[in-house]
Amino acid sequence: MHPIAERIQREFAEGFVKAVEWRGDLAVTVTRKALHDVARFLHDDRDMDFDYIVHVSSVDWPDDEERFEVVWEFYSIRKRHRIRLKTRVPEADCIVDSLTDIWKGADFMEREVYDMMGIRFRNHPDLRRILMPDEYTEGYPLRKDFPLQGKGWRDTFEFLNEGRG
Amino acid sequence: MQLDDQRTTIYKVDPGRPETESLPLVRTEELLLNMGPQHPSTHGVLKVILELEGERITKSTPVMGFLHRGVEKLAEEGTYHQFIPHTDRLDYVCAMYNNFAYCRAVEKLMNITVPERAEYLRTIVAEVQRIIGHQFWLGTQALDIGAMTVFFYTFRDREILLDWFDELCGARLTTSWYRIGGVERDFTPSLLDKLRRFLDYFLPLIDEYVVFLEKNRIWVARTKGVAVISAEDAVNFGLSGPTLRGSGVDYDLRKYEPYSAYPRCEFSVPVGKNGDTYDRYWIRVEEIRESVKIIKQCLDQMPAEGPVMAEVPSVTLPPKDRVFTNLESMIQQFKLFSQGFDAPKGEIYCGTEAHKGELGFYIVSQGGGKPYRLKIRAPSFIHMGAFDFMSRGYMIADAVTIFGTYDIVMGECDR
Repeated sequence: MHPIAERIQREFAEGFVKAVEWRGDLAVTVTRKALHDVARFLHDDRDMDFDYIVHVSSVDWPDDEERFEVVWEFYSIRKRHRIRLKTRVPEADCIVDSLTDIWKGADFMEREVYDMMGIRFRNHPDLRRILMPDEYTEGYPLRKDFPLQGKGWRDTFEFLNEGRG
Repeated sequence: MQLDDQRTTIYKVDPGRPETESLPLVRTEELLLNMGPQHPSTHGVLKVILELEGERITKSTPVMGFLHRGVEKLAEEGTYHQFIPHTDRLDYVCAMYNNFAYCRAVEKLMNITVPERAEYLRTIVAEVQRIIGHQFWLGTQALDIGAMTVFFYTFRDREILLDWFDELCGARLTTSWYRIGGVERDFTPSLLDKLRRFLDYFLPLIDEYVVFLEKNRIWVARTKGVAVISAEDAVNFGLSGPTLRGSGVDYDLRKYEPYSAYPRCEFSVPVGKNGDTYDRYWIRVEEIRESVKIIKQCLDQMPAEGPVMAEVPSVTLPPKDRVFTNLESMIQQFKLFSQGFDAPKGEIYCGTEAHKGELGFYIVSQGGGKPYRLKIRAPSFIHMGAFDFMSRGYMIADAVTIFGTYDIVMGECDR
């Protein structure tokens, strides 16, 4: 196993779920409960030193029991290594701890995840929609059950239906 | 129309009496100002709500998404090859680099090695695109804060390069020249010749741009010490590219995780000291010079002949001339575009140093011809996250400088 993953497993025996290494990328999955502590450890520990946040993303797996996967990617500018931290949340209770108190840049990225996938972040300073309009109520566009052409709204544009016989 | 009480008390001036007597006490209170979405300096459609105390910004709230087209959703519905033209429309000023970043990500997913000549071609065109991007930035950023002249000079030279792109791939801005596994076509002798001549013509002109700005006292006063961010904060916010390097962090993926032909070229990464707009300007100008150096080295080192596309028939496209004459190649092309190639299960992240910062693609594949999830790490979006932090305490007019300092393009920011 990758030394970073080994270290996380040692420090967080309960929170650690699995580590996958593929094409040189290391992805570590942890439980939702341990997420914030693991992130804090990754940021503060001398050997980890993940000071740079690359992106926050989310993946929808509609068939799984824990439907959503939230993905953070970190980089260490001094140590030059990378890690992808992942956690799973069920649909009924899709809320995870926000990491904005550790990486300030997570603010907008987490807002985007909320906007696109509907995952809420606990202790986020300003959790609002960011790309979609504030008053948008038709769901979260990047979920797999959201159709590509939108949800009905488009059909109300009269000029689109003209001449369709 | 009736003015509300507040405004009438502040601005009521009776023309019959001298001003000193008629003016009531000036009250101060916070003022909300909507800047944008159609403000010319926002480079697209961006709105920022500024909370002001006098002329000082106390808080700013960016409102984005006016240009949101759901590119990430579209990616899930098309094959990997079909997504290349969509990447043109992200950062529409620098389409080539978006193509490059995307193709690199898919190549990492498919584990494809690009032939040597193609790597050099890619690096050359990417650096030409970097020059265009920085020229565009120099011109428009100076124009935004009132220095107009340099705009004409940078755009004059940018035109030459855009025409060069036109000859290369048939489009000036939406290029789609990169392909998964290589590039669409090789350089012609005329293109090589034009590029060499351009570099000789262009190198002395960089000093000319610099004179227009650095001798302009107003421009210098409006950039020095404006939008300062410390190295720790810049890293913490996830800034990248010249915006981060201005603060003294030499994070450049071309050096940190070398790719393409960059490890075979000698170049330096300019790093600023003060983390202000002036330092970021200086970095961009130096990067233009470095780009010229890289292109010259690539032109000298490049193998004279060789394939420009990897030979992996299940993934990469057949050469165009074979498609028109050979039935099997045509079938291959058709199948690759309509069904796509079978990607392995897995997920990758691949970051590329575009001229704005780290442009990354995170691709989750579940097998099959379409990405299961594709996330674009757009530097403009992430830079906007630091806007509130960086604008506090500055004047309203500096907000324009701060947009400029990020080199923001809303197509990429909103995706």
